[in-house]
Formats: sequence, structure tokens, C-alpha cells
Amino acid sequence: MDRNSNKYTFIFSIIMVFVVAASLSITATSLQPMQNENVRQEKMQNILSTVGIECERAEAEKLYKKHIVDEITLDNDGNRVESRKAFNVSLAKEMDKPIEEQVFPMYKAQYKGSTNYVIPLRGKGLWDAIWGYVALEEDFNTIQGVIFDHKGETAGLGAEITRDWFQENFKNEKIFNEEGDLVAVQVTKGYSQPDNKSDNKVDAISGATITSDGVTDMMQERLKKYLPYIKSKTQKIAFTDE
Amino acid sequence: MSKEEKKTQADIQEDNSSKKKQEMFLFLSEKEEKEGFLSKNNRKLLSDPLDDNNPITVQVLGICSALAITVQLKPAIVMSLAVVFVMAFGNMIISLLRKTIPSRIRIIVQLVVVASLVILVDQFLKAFAYDVSKQLSIFIGLIITNCIIMGRLEAFALGNGVYKSFLDGVGNAAGYGLILIIVAFFRELLGSGTLLGFEVLGHQAASIEDSTGLYALGYENNGLFLLSPMALIIVGLVIWYQRSRNKKLIEEN
Repeated sequence: MDRNSNKYTFIFSIIMVFVVAASLSITATSLQPMQNENVRQEKMQNILSTVGIECERAEAEKLYKKHIVDEITLDNDGNRVESRKAFNVSLAKEMDKPIEEQVFPMYKAQYKGSTNYVIPLRGKGLWDAIWGYVALEEDFNTIQGVIFDHKGETAGLGAEITRDWFQENFKNEKIFNEEGDLVAVQVTKGYSQPDNKSDNKVDAISGATITSDGVTDMMQERLKKYLPYIKSKTQKIAFTDE
Repeated sequence: MSKEEKKTQADIQEDNSSKKKQEMFLFLSEKEEKEGFLSKNNRKLLSDPLDDNNPITVQVLGICSALAITVQLKPAIVMSLAVVFVMAFGNMIISLLRKTIPSRIRIIVQLVVVASLVILVDQFLKAFAYDVSKQLSIFIGLIITNCIIMGRLEAFALGNGVYKSFLDGVGNAAGYGLILIIVAFFRELLGSGTLLGFEVLGHQAASIEDSTGLYALGYENNGLFLLSPMALIIVGLVIWYQRSRNKKLIEEN
């Protein structure tokens, strides 16, 4: 057949598309379980790292089972939902639902004698999604640690949110202000008091204003959703103190 | 990435290439090329791109990825292996199909072949070398746009036999990888004081007293090496060194 005829060209491209599609989908499907396992382990690794447990990805599952003592799923009113497993909740999917139907996952960690509550975060950066975890101490006010990650922020600018030096800033910051309102932590430009841990502010990344604002919004938005639960918990603490 | 994972990945690549080699021998025994497998001409296909005709330092192609993924040695090595894989197999597949590809859509066919190979690499990395694949993120996908690959498919594989195309692919990818690894070596060593993550220059602690190795003498890492401009400067230095040694590369005027 003439290699330059239309018929030949069509037949060739149809066959090519089928062969390529088949081989790629077979590979993708057969590798899927391993890839999901990696993602799952990384999630555990991230949750653990916010409470100060640094480990290899392979060990994450073992340590997770040991130190994460409770997985809590909350509804919009702060009540526990037993039908949904917190670890399997995908925030990306939840956030598309109407607020009444959303659930809010949370992890209770016990490590070195202290109890922490790890709350997953998800928001918008400059180019794409950003997400992370924040670990609160038992007072539901002091931050024990944070971890951030992103899909497509600019390397060297927005992508710096994944670096330790940025995440270190959040340690011991408070999420409530002095009036008792939940303001989370503001990522502020030109801020120069890194040691002041009670003003709800950390220094932003120069050149990455929108990503920094994204982090601020993300923390505020997500933490507010847990306010009913936090109130019920902290009131109890206050009550027993009296 | 643990050592084990690294091994499995290397094994896979080895398995694949040995399988392909068998196919190649079958193919060869039937027709063309009476030359030996490593005749002078064939050796030249492998060695030329390493020096005389290096894709990065002589043809100045593929610079973009040479900047982006050479901060550390490990991603650079993985990237080089990925490019070797994509280029060798892309060249072979196109060369196998060269008598059947309709010339009007040949660029599309080349793109499809390269893109599928890249997706394969990406999927395998995500399954077996997850951390590296996160580090390389979009750059694996961007292998598709690496002009070295399309250039070799168009310029060589479309007009040459399978074995020669394979050698040409390996050679060019190795030439690319070689420069990548040289650049990454200096950038990681001088920028972070490590090689493949090992602290070869000693440990840098918060104060000089607590540090060991060179850092105890007051040595500091050079942050400039971590930034992209330094990659260009190192490539420039490599070009300078190469031209001072290889007289063939010096233009007459």
C-alpha cells in the first residue's frame, strides 16, 4: 500500500493509538497498587513528622500503628462520625461537597508522653493545590509541628514551603489570639520577630506572596472547621480545672 | 530511596535491555550489516556523543534539564538513566517502524513513542522509587520535550538500522548524562557538602567547635552552587576544558 495515502495514514494511526493505549493502561493498572501503597506510607510519614517522629517511609506504617492512638472523623457540628475512617477521607473530594455533608478527619498521636492532635490541611497555592498537616498540643492552641507540600508551586519560591526552615517557624505558635478568637497563623511579609510565639504570625517567603497567603488561608479555613470540636474539648478541660 | 529499591530498578532496566538485545540479535541475523557488533563505526556511534559531538557541550541541547535537576547527584543519575532508557528504546522503535511510518505524520508518531516511554518510566519510578520521582516531579514528564531525543529520532533513527539506532541512542543519552552527572557532582559537593547524601566533607554543626572535617577549619558551603546560574557556569567551564583538550572542536575563526 502507498505509504503516503490517506487510507494508510489513518489505519496506521488507529493501530498505533490502540497499541499504545493498551500497553500504557496495562502498565498503569498493574503498578497502581504499589503506587497507592507508597502514597499511603507517605501520608503516614507526614502525619508522624508533625509530632516530631522522623522515619523512613518503609517504617512509617509500624510507627503509625504504635503512635497514632485514635483516628477521629468529625461532622460539621463537631460530633464523631464512626462510619467514615479518618485515614481514608480525601480532603480534595470532601471540599467539593456541601458543608453539611463534609467530614473532617483528625488524628490523635501519643509520643514521648505528650498527646497531640494532627489536623490535615488543604488549600490553594499560586498554581495548584497545597496541603499539609498541623499538629496541635493538648490545649488545642499551641502548634507542635507542621508539614506542607504542594503540587506545582514555583521551585525556589513557593516550593520553599516544604522546607524545614519555613516549617520550623510554626513550632510553638498559637492558633488563638489573646481575645480567644481562632485566627490560625498569619504568614506575614517583612515580619521580624520570629521568637515572638504568641502573636499568631510567622515570616513569609520572599517572592512567594501568593503561596504564603495560600498557607494563611488554608490554615484559617481548615482549622475553623474544627472549632465546634475544639470548643467542646477545651471547655471540658476548663471545667475540670475549676 | 533505599539501596534495595535502587537495585530493583537497575535490575528492571537490565532485564529490559537484555531482552531487547536478544530481539536485536534475531533481527540482525536476518538482514543488513555484516559489520561486527562493535566495529569501528559502531564504537564511534557510542563514543562520539561523549566527547566530539556531545549533545550538551557541543550541540548545546537539553540545557534546561541540565539546570533543573543537577542540584543533587542522585536525581541527576536517575534522570540520566531515564533518558538512556527513553532514548535507546525510542530510537529502536522508530528505527523498527521506519519503513512503515507515513511520512506526513512521522513527527506525531515520534512524539507518541517518546511520550509513552516517558509515561512508562514515570509509572515505574512512582512504584519503585517514589522519593526520587517526587524530586524529579515534572522533569520526567519534560523528557518528552528534550530536544536531544526528538532530534536523534528525526536525524538518525528514521534513516538507520535498529542496532545502529540503539547505539546512537545510548551514546547520546550517555553524553547527556555524563555532563549532568559532572555538573551535579560539583553542585552537590560544593553547594551542600555532600555526595549522594553522604557528608563527605564532614559534618557542619551550628558552631565551628562542634563541626567535623573541613567545617572544623571554618569551611562554608557555597550557596550559589545550589542556584541555577551555577549550572550554566559549570557547563561553561566543562566546555572550556573540553575545547582546550579536543582540538577538533575549535572553530577556525
